[in-house]
Amino acid sequence: MPRIDPFSLLIASIFTSNVLLSYFLGMCSFISISKDLKSSNGLGMAVTLVMTITTAANWIVEKYIIQVWNLSYLRYILYIIVIAAVVQMLEMIIDRVSPALYISLGIFLPLITVNCAILGVALFMQLRNYSLIQSIFYGFGSGLGWWLAIVLLAAIRKRIENAPIPAGLKGVGITLITIGLMAMAFMGFAGMLPVQ
Amino acid sequence: MDFLAPLIVSSLGAGLALMISIVDAIVNNYGEVEININKGKKRLKVKGGSPLLQTLAAQNIFVPSACGGRGSCGVCKVRIFSDVGPYLPTELPHLSKEEMASNVRLSCQIKVKKDLQIELPEELFKAQRFKGIVESIKDLTYDIKEIRIRLVEPDSIDFLAGQYIQLVIPPYGKVEQSVQRAYSISSPPSDSGHIELVIRLVPGGIATTYVFNHMKEGEIVEFVGPFGEFYMRNTKADMIMIAGGSGMAPIKSIILDMIDRKIKDRNVWFFFGARSKRDLFYVELFRTIEKDWDRFHFIPALSNPNPEDDWTGELGLITEVVDRYLMSKISKENEKEAYLCGSPGMINASIQVLQKHGINKIYYDKFA
Repeated sequence: MPRIDPFSLLIASIFTSNVLLSYFLGMCSFISISKDLKSSNGLGMAVTLVMTITTAANWIVEKYIIQVWNLSYLRYILYIIVIAAVVQMLEMIIDRVSPALYISLGIFLPLITVNCAILGVALFMQLRNYSLIQSIFYGFGSGLGWWLAIVLLAAIRKRIENAPIPAGLKGVGITLITIGLMAMAFMGFAGMLPVQ
Repeated sequence: MDFLAPLIVSSLGAGLALMISIVDAIVNNYGEVEININKGKKRLKVKGGSPLLQTLAAQNIFVPSACGGRGSCGVCKVRIFSDVGPYLPTELPHLSKEEMASNVRLSCQIKVKKDLQIELPEELFKAQRFKGIVESIKDLTYDIKEIRIRLVEPDSIDFLAGQYIQLVIPPYGKVEQSVQRAYSISSPPSDSGHIELVIRLVPGGIATTYVFNHMKEGEIVEFVGPFGEFYMRNTKADMIMIAGGSGMAPIKSIILDMIDRKIKDRNVWFFFGARSKRDLFYVELFRTIEKDWDRFHFIPALSNPNPEDDWTGELGLITEVVDRYLMSKISKENEKEAYLCGSPGMINASIQVLQKHGINKIYYDKFA
């Protein structure tokens, strides 16, 4: 277990080791949903929720099933099964508790199952040997970092909608350039709090 | 040790599945809710949690739905006066602004979670599920078949000539889900122990491919109905009927019904449009009717006859023929109403011609 306090881990996973802008995980939904600020917010919220819960759940699976039975070769399958099941249950619960949120999340919630950032964070948690508390903070922080990144991108895309962009760069082209610039900006945080 | 791996993976899967089922049972339990239809005319106590369309069908109220509740046809519209949340993205493509303003929703997309107040056409209370045996399958043309079904359960049907039913197509081949498709009844209501359908092959269509390639005589089929607002109005007006292809079905039913009910004091002009002679059918039947009923006129017209057709009848698009008849052959004195059935293109064009001649009572059954 690395000696890093959970709070630092939380800050680090939001800023210095942002799962999206440092590791480029979860890019597909990041690019496709960031056209609209409201959907981005919804998706960010959903990713944060799912990431926190699945990282904790997968920590338990790792510790009490994979390590006990020496099943590291089945790690991906088991993690994905857990993620899929958690998303299923969350979907039902959100539909019941807050139909408005359920409708605003729409198709995004089930799609989170295949968001690579979710699996990526669980695998980082295992690779870095975090404790349960560290994993929860790391999962939560990574979710917040993803949320922050997509909301920032959506806001920027809104601003550049009317900007005079060369025709060939409109749409995905300028979005990818923007993401590159954002990633460089986030690199500025990199040395401040190492999380390895 | 290795033999344990599949056991552990499946146990984990089973455990999670169990958890999902438990959450489902707790979270999706909406208990008993009441659906109040047409301001208290009918009150249903139902179990909440399912879409409104299915919930009503379980209570034997069949809201028409051509796609069977998958939100793709937009037919199952119902007015809902209770708050069921904002419009879903799946509903928006099927609803106009006026419909949204008057609380119209797609019943297949609305989950019954609490007491609901809804409004349905009264005729839907009469619609029910039927079981029948396919008695005969006849080729009318190279791409149109006549299907005659003998009713078994219940053994008779009460409908208005011109209405339609929804045939239930069972899963077959690569089609994994049962679907429903609407077809007009071509037999008259007096033949209440049977229904007859005229079905044209839609290349690649799920239902018509089934009917053409898989349906056998003696097979048991199910359908739901009757539905529809397309039926003869009881007036004295002259009737202009226009049909193309399988649009023949409801018009045939109406004409046979008029003969059964001895309504022979109305002038009827039935225009049937086809491309060439091989697209014509039931010509003998209507020629016979014409002989016994002097006010009935059958006018088949070909738009593109083959040289070997040897066609001496009317030529041109059916709308052009109707236009010519209204101009010269049909008396302008009597009041007129029109009954149209066919493709949307034909119906839209016919409406223009009819309105040009001052005919505004136009009833139609458009099928896309």
